[in-house]
Amino acid sequence: MLKTFKIGGVHPPENKLSKDRKIEVLSIPSAVFIPVAQHIGAPSTPVVKKGDKVKVGQVIAQSSSFVSTNIHSSVSGTVKKVDFSADSSGYPKQGIFIDVEGDEWMEDIDRSETLVKDISVDGAEIVKKIQECGIVGLGGATFPTHVKLVPPKGMKAEVLLINGVECEPYLTSDHRLMLEKADEILVGIQLLMKAMNVDKAVIGIENNKPDAIQLLSEKCKSVAGVSVVALKVQYPQGGEKQLINAVTGREVPSGALPIAVGAVVSNVGTAFAVYEAIQKNKPLFERVVTVTGKGVSKPSNFLVRVGTATSELVAAAGGLPENTGKIISGGPMMGRAISSLDIPVTKGTSGILLMKEEESKREEIIACIRCSRCVSVCPMGLEPYLLMTLGEKQIYDRAESERVMDCIECGSCSYTCPSNRPLLDYIRFGKGKVGQIIRSRKK
Amino acid sequence: MSKLLTVSPSPHVHSSDSTQKIMYRVIYAMVPALIWSVFMFGIDALRVTLIAVAACVAFEYLIQKYLMKVTPSVTDGSAIITGILLAFNVPSSLPWWIILIGAMAAMGIGKLSFGGLGSNIFNPALVGRVFLLLSFPVQMTSWPGIKMAAVDAVSTATPLALIKESVKNGIPIAKVQGLPDLTDLAIGMNAGSLGEVSALLLVLGGIYMIWKKVITWHIPVSILATVFVFSGIFWGINPEMYVNPAFHIMTGGLMLGAIFMATDMVTSPMNPKAQIIYGIGIGLITISIRMFGAYPEGISFAILIMNAVTPLLNYYIKPKRFGGQ
Repeated sequence: MLKTFKIGGVHPPENKLSKDRKIEVLSIPSAVFIPVAQHIGAPSTPVVKKGDKVKVGQVIAQSSSFVSTNIHSSVSGTVKKVDFSADSSGYPKQGIFIDVEGDEWMEDIDRSETLVKDISVDGAEIVKKIQECGIVGLGGATFPTHVKLVPPKGMKAEVLLINGVECEPYLTSDHRLMLEKADEILVGIQLLMKAMNVDKAVIGIENNKPDAIQLLSEKCKSVAGVSVVALKVQYPQGGEKQLINAVTGREVPSGALPIAVGAVVSNVGTAFAVYEAIQKNKPLFERVVTVTGKGVSKPSNFLVRVGTATSELVAAAGGLPENTGKIISGGPMMGRAISSLDIPVTKGTSGILLMKEEESKREEIIACIRCSRCVSVCPMGLEPYLLMTLGEKQIYDRAESERVMDCIECGSCSYTCPSNRPLLDYIRFGKGKVGQIIRSRKK
Repeated sequence: MSKLLTVSPSPHVHSSDSTQKIMYRVIYAMVPALIWSVFMFGIDALRVTLIAVAACVAFEYLIQKYLMKVTPSVTDGSAIITGILLAFNVPSSLPWWIILIGAMAAMGIGKLSFGGLGSNIFNPALVGRVFLLLSFPVQMTSWPGIKMAAVDAVSTATPLALIKESVKNGIPIAKVQGLPDLTDLAIGMNAGSLGEVSALLLVLGGIYMIWKKVITWHIPVSILATVFVFSGIFWGINPEMYVNPAFHIMTGGLMLGAIFMATDMVTSPMNPKAQIIYGIGIGLITISIRMFGAYPEGISFAILIMNAVTPLLNYYIKPKRFGGQ
């Protein structure tokens, strides 16, 4: 029996259209917009101004607190302006506009393809370098990686879990990275293990990627302490708490961090970025992005510079299909619908999904028949039907005691509801309000 | 790009399932038992079913359109289920006008007075059935004999009614005349309401619904297990006065109730733990009524009583939370 998490879960059609497409390097755009808030935590502070010349890999916005990180230029050229423009949230965010001139990298970045296996730095230096290089969780949550590597007082990390689950339908960027950069990922894992001072790491991969499981299992044989676990395909297994549960059987207590059960989770993409940062001195300014959708003529996986407009990726994948009704940054379960093709790729952009007009509309909402499917699919053991009503009726104290804050917003409830009820919309609303109430209470 | 994009919160995909599909699966699951009833009770069974379904659909439509002034939702299939279940719960000889009254009670009182689909507290078909049982006790307990077995269809008593009568008169179970054996009960060679006679075909429908994920095993299994164990205890103590548990499982509306009516999504609890408690409650009340109550049969009342407890169960019994309590 394959391992998986114990409570809830759904299995949407996988639609991994681009799984056999090799990662292609996307040509450098003529201009980029690089937001200064590409991570969870405080936005970075811009350190360039209009007219400044920048190189690829140069710091253009500096970390402003511990939970924050540096932002680097992904291109070389001239800073056009520091201004506000919409990111994938739809809200205007501060960022740096750069007009591209050539492709001149910082001199200290090792651009060769040679695999550097020997680790010559100690743990503290690794953490410092990760922070400097602007590395965040590339699975989509974009939590600054250096923060995770330093456990709070009194807690100790025992195991590093590497997330190669990619449970979102359509997305294949992690899958391709595992196939094409397996050696680099393994060095990255060893670096993370050294930084955390643990001797065990487990890579979790869902069983719909047998090639990646086989390749990494083979390569792990020569790496002490690292192993691969094949997992049953089940959404949202890529959720941190679900992955920990699937691999170790442990449950992260309500409101606690994974470190409470001795685990730290990092994405395979993050492990690759850590390899590049430490071994190649290369900051995080590009990532693999899947461009896909049923109407897309060339579903692809691109290596994209941060700040590149969505339109460039769409053009490279064969252009915008005529009947496109919705564009999603990320996967179909947790991604964000974006309103314009101008929105840039950021560190957290794992995919661009183009949905056809007929796929993009919600079905008519009808009465709840209390079938309890939302309860049975909720991976956190919550009662979405109840939380929805509590959000709708603004009964926040009860929503809090019914643990609305535990919701991971995976969308399994809305996905499964036969009456097409917008469960997660109202739960998110309630969660936001309850979060505010809790914060104001602490003051 | 000239046209506008849709922007909405995640998730952006939806399972292909719908409430209507679920309702139609329930209907398919009842078809074997319906065919058997026609086979057993003749064209009368079909007549009762058609009148009940048509009346339920019509009452829902009329009440929604003219009294509630909302868009009628008869296409969701739930009124058809109520109609079939109401028919399954009455004798095949029931006059048409009594069926109409039953349908009106089911839809009007049982369902729409609470607000319609999803809002009702009690199972509408059972509200209709109990309304008729209390209003027309004679017609509701005159069971036509089996067309196949008897040359002339005469009124006969159901197995449970025979037992109730004999126990009242102090006659030991073994001496009761005219009791069908277990094989007959399983196949459905006995008198009773339309849909309750064939235990096997009802189980078949239940398996189909579990396979299609319309229901889970929790409610039917907990009801049947409770009935088996509880009646088994009494049978073990005094087999002269109490029938064996297998007989209880196979007779009356128990299978129909456990599989098709207690599992009604709207009126049953929302998580497995609560569903098991609900099922145990129904089992205990059913057997208590059968053994000690005035009626030979108790499943309808048991389900209605536990329907009323459902909100309480939902309030106090929570699913297993991730990360402990």
